[in-house]
Amino acid sequence: MARFPDDDVPHIDTSARPLSRRAFIAGAATFAGLTATRSLLPSAHAKPAAPADPTKVPGAPPSAYGRRSPFEQVGRLVRSAVSLTPHQALHGIITPNSLHFERHHNGVPAIDPAKHRLLVHGLVERPLIFTMDDLVRFPSTSRVVFIECSGNSAAEWAVPTGRTVQETHGLLSASEWTGVPLAAVLAEAGIKPEAAWMLAEGSDAAAMTRSLPLPAVLEEALLCYAQNGEALRPEQGYPLRLVLPGWEGNTCIKWLRRLKLGTAPFMTREETSHYTDLMPDGTARQFTFVMEAKSVITSPSGGQRIRPGFVEIRGLAWSGRGRITTVEVSTDGGHTWRPAQLQEPVLPKCLTRFRFPWRWQGADAILQSRCTDETGYVQPARADLLAVRGVNSVYHYNAVHSWRVARDGRVTNIHA
Amino acid sequence: MLNHLLLPCREKNDRATVELYGICLFAAAVVTFSARADAFSLDGQSSYSLGRQATEAEIRAWDIDVSPNGDGLPPGRGSVKQGAAVFAKKCAACHGPTGVEGPNDRLVGGQGTLATSRPIKTIGSYWSYATTLFDYIRRAMPFSAPQSLTSDEVYAVVAWLLYRNGIVDEHAVFDARTLPAVQMPNRHGFVPDPRPDLPRR
Repeated sequence: MARFPDDDVPHIDTSARPLSRRAFIAGAATFAGLTATRSLLPSAHAKPAAPADPTKVPGAPPSAYGRRSPFEQVGRLVRSAVSLTPHQALHGIITPNSLHFERHHNGVPAIDPAKHRLLVHGLVERPLIFTMDDLVRFPSTSRVVFIECSGNSAAEWAVPTGRTVQETHGLLSASEWTGVPLAAVLAEAGIKPEAAWMLAEGSDAAAMTRSLPLPAVLEEALLCYAQNGEALRPEQGYPLRLVLPGWEGNTCIKWLRRLKLGTAPFMTREETSHYTDLMPDGTARQFTFVMEAKSVITSPSGGQRIRPGFVEIRGLAWSGRGRITTVEVSTDGGHTWRPAQLQEPVLPKCLTRFRFPWRWQGADAILQSRCTDETGYVQPARADLLAVRGVNSVYHYNAVHSWRVARDGRVTNIHA
Repeated sequence: MLNHLLLPCREKNDRATVELYGICLFAAAVVTFSARADAFSLDGQSSYSLGRQATEAEIRAWDIDVSPNGDGLPPGRGSVKQGAAVFAKKCAACHGPTGVEGPNDRLVGGQGTLATSRPIKTIGSYWSYATTLFDYIRRAMPFSAPQSLTSDEVYAVVAWLLYRNGIVDEHAVFDARTLPAVQMPNRHGFVPDPRPDLPRR
């Protein structure tokens, strides 16, 4: 019987090491000034063909659907029920569709969009069924926002676990999502005054469900059919996904087939045994939707090796409550902090890229980033987060992350 | 567009900037409001007239959720004894012969551990409603053949799991009337989200 571990903590699985290593090598190789700690030649792969002088031979013809250079091999890190985004190898705030993280609860369903339907029922004036054509005909809107699994960094609560930023922060991605506002679709059905919660259900083999509160869910929710301009990828919910900017990823129900309005939360398994946050006193927090402000340095990061001289410290910051206003960087384990540059655009509930110039002299260093969002919330130090939450709440770990740079330039994950 | 409005306002913290930020937020609010107001002004229509009425049969076919008050529970019934047989045949391979051994999620035991350094979250120690158990098993289990169990089988497996967790006795039989009445041990263990929960710096 196959084992299907069903949680959001990326287990460190030695069987996946070869992929991880390739991802690491390709990622590290893209940064000037960084060298890999291991061989740069992936021995399992033949070197892609390239002429000695590409100006002397005709190139390849156009193609119907583009592919990246065969020299680029970085990939998602695949665990049993998740795959993680390789942030150490990415440069923007939009995650390429092929590298957007995955989390599904019983596989990726195969769905014919011509047969897909969205049912809206429960406490509505008119229960309605929509085809995909119907939904695309509604006025459309786009948002560029992050989606973060609430289990992102979950293995970091107790001890440093992930070796790379892909392992520690890879359940995070951002896209331009396009669709129809949920409010417009529910208005067609007519929300009854007593409706207070909405059940959203997917048509995957888990029939994944979450209860979401009205009217909060109406403010920004989109029923999306496109991601970064093209149709959703199957693993991102094709043909229809609920996207809730700033809320934990599991609420963004994929393969959406049903919305039911009711007076109370439906208390599904995904808001009981999972996606609840156990506190030290034995109580558990429920309906913890918002992903609070968090940042991480993506380069230099775990598994990379730096050389003395100029190093640009690069990273990502994000908040489910709005815009990032400040990112500070420390190179001495948090004794001193200096502001990083923020790359425009700085969008609400989106990834914000930050940069910090640094000259490494070859001494031991601990690199950290700390962000503040427009509500004034400051990303917490580990000690402050653990003082309130303990180490067993699994979800919503957003502490300041530390990378140690040893004198030989090797970068590792530590808890400072 | 909103971003361009806000960009000049972020850098400094002097009074003028704060005021400008306020104006920008106001402008952003107006833009947002306008966008929403536009939605239903087209040709004076109040509806896009998209979608069609769902039939009762269509709703019934998909309406599989079960609420804590018992709404959605189907006809049928199942006993602890029947549940033992169903579990052994269709569940034990993943959850172990007694729901403890795994390899996948542990379902039984753990009561009294939630406030310890090694909490064990199971149906008996953690779940707050027995109806959740029915809902989840019916929609998503067995993992390799979801939605393949009959309603009687689901009631029976639920009965067996509640029995193994010490919540009901071995003679228990459940149906749509009796299942919502079960008091789960951790019924009052959940609290609302208090975040932001850390002292402000």
